[in-house]
Amino acid sequence: MSLRWVAVWRRNMLVWRKLVAASVLTNLADPLIMLFGLGYGLGALLPSVEGMPYIAFFAAGSLCTATMYTASFESMFSGFSRMHGQKTWDAILYAPLVIDDIVAGEVMWAASKAWLTGSTILAVIVVFGFAASPLVLLTLPAAFLVGLAFSSIGLVMTVLARNWDFFSFYMTLVMTPMMMISGVFFPAERLPAPLLAVAQALPLYHGVELVRPVIAGRLPGQPLLHVLVLLGYAAAGYSLAIYFARRRFSE
Amino acid sequence: MNVLSARGVRKAYGANEVVSGVDLRVASGECFGLLGPNGAGKTTTLKLCLGLIRPNAGEIELLGEPVPRRAREARTRVGVVPQSDNLDPDFTVAENLLVYGRYFGMAAGDTGARIPALLGFAGLAGRADSRINTLSGGMKRRLTLARALVNDPQLVFMDEPTTGLDPQARHLIWERLRRLTQEGKTLVLTTHFMEEAERLCHRLAILDNGRIIAEGSPRALIAEHIESQVVEVHGTGYEAWMERAKAICPRVERAGDTVYCYAEDAEPVLQSLAGQSELAYLHRPASLEDVFLKLTGRDLRD
Repeated sequence: MSLRWVAVWRRNMLVWRKLVAASVLTNLADPLIMLFGLGYGLGALLPSVEGMPYIAFFAAGSLCTATMYTASFESMFSGFSRMHGQKTWDAILYAPLVIDDIVAGEVMWAASKAWLTGSTILAVIVVFGFAASPLVLLTLPAAFLVGLAFSSIGLVMTVLARNWDFFSFYMTLVMTPMMMISGVFFPAERLPAPLLAVAQALPLYHGVELVRPVIAGRLPGQPLLHVLVLLGYAAAGYSLAIYFARRRFSE
Repeated sequence: MNVLSARGVRKAYGANEVVSGVDLRVASGECFGLLGPNGAGKTTTLKLCLGLIRPNAGEIELLGEPVPRRAREARTRVGVVPQSDNLDPDFTVAENLLVYGRYFGMAAGDTGARIPALLGFAGLAGRADSRINTLSGGMKRRLTLARALVNDPQLVFMDEPTTGLDPQARHLIWERLRRLTQEGKTLVLTTHFMEEAERLCHRLAILDNGRIIAEGSPRALIAEHIESQVVEVHGTGYEAWMERAKAICPRVERAGDTVYCYAEDAEPVLQSLAGQSELAYLHRPASLEDVFLKLTGRDLRD
């Protein structure tokens, strides 16, 4: 694979730098309000969950969800705007880049932006003392993997989309239920077995399973499995995005 | 030397064949025009030549590279001005050029060194830091042209370069395009403005229903396909007059309430019009537009 996608990544980075204040605020305000609102509010009613204060328990879920949302919004809404509204992709294709380079650049960019969201929330977690040990730094690569998985899936939606409404199906019917069953708000093991099985087949669950232990100062159980599932979603999403993008642009 | 050649190129979407066996040859340094009504396959032909879409059949060679197999390599030396502007709205004028240069692997310093000249060429000197949404339509078009030149291409493709521009803006673009050909660049443009084709193109091809139906210099096409004089007649009683005109004029056509008389010698037609005060007429030399309408018909294409 060539490195021509870097020019696409840098183009998006330059736009982001111009709008950095608004972008960081909107990406962080929501998850942090949720974290402190639910964490302290609901947490006051609960003595502890899985041996940790509720807010520390919820921090892992909140971090992964925010990372998932940043990756998805960037790859879907911003990506569709670049592809469809502004025709930025068309302009890039006149240059010596092909659609594969654009898909790679967009996925890497959305994953980077998602990683930044995850990392900033991690900083808040550390500053507020919810993290037990330096092991928490393993959250950094984990957040990138979560970002990569959801950026790739999001971009599949984008290259399939004919209009903006298309994304609400994915968000309402896939992302929201996934968030409910993936151990974000409560331990997924409390779910009925079939629902837990569904959660375990989806990427968010594995992100939470990686991040929650390292915040608590433990190594995750079965880290390889979680990493492989996230990488699998990233690879499958990326391949599908390229397949459908080629069909959309090169036919 | 040919910088672009296409042989037997076909492209179909489902059962709808958009390009049906196109042959093209564009020589280095010439301005080549691809004319055709809406939906004739002009844009699809350009995209095929650029290797952006795959042909179902045929061979294309762009700057010595087989397309689409090595289209990427060919495109390093090609510029494109698309039909609708797709400048980056989030960037300034200069940033648009810098970012575009990166797609060609150009370092910021190299692109930056070219920016003053590119902006001067585009008549945008002093606008380097302007935002895109503050530019007029003509300025955007010129910036798109400057963007297409950022990699100093040998060949520039332009898809309807002056559509939607006012006459002032259009004339400025024409002047710049002539300057490019003087600098030795090859231009390939699509248009449905016959005046544009007549003024700019050394050679052109008329495309209709995915086929090239005529090819040559503007003058040669006029000489080959149409009588040299045209008289357009309209007004009360034009129908009765048209019947008489058929006897004195080799070719008479009617479109709506206007009669078109084509002849090498228009004198008999003009004489028969003398004293017909209710009929208005216009006598003019035949133009490329007459050739175009003769070859592609007067029916609407949308």
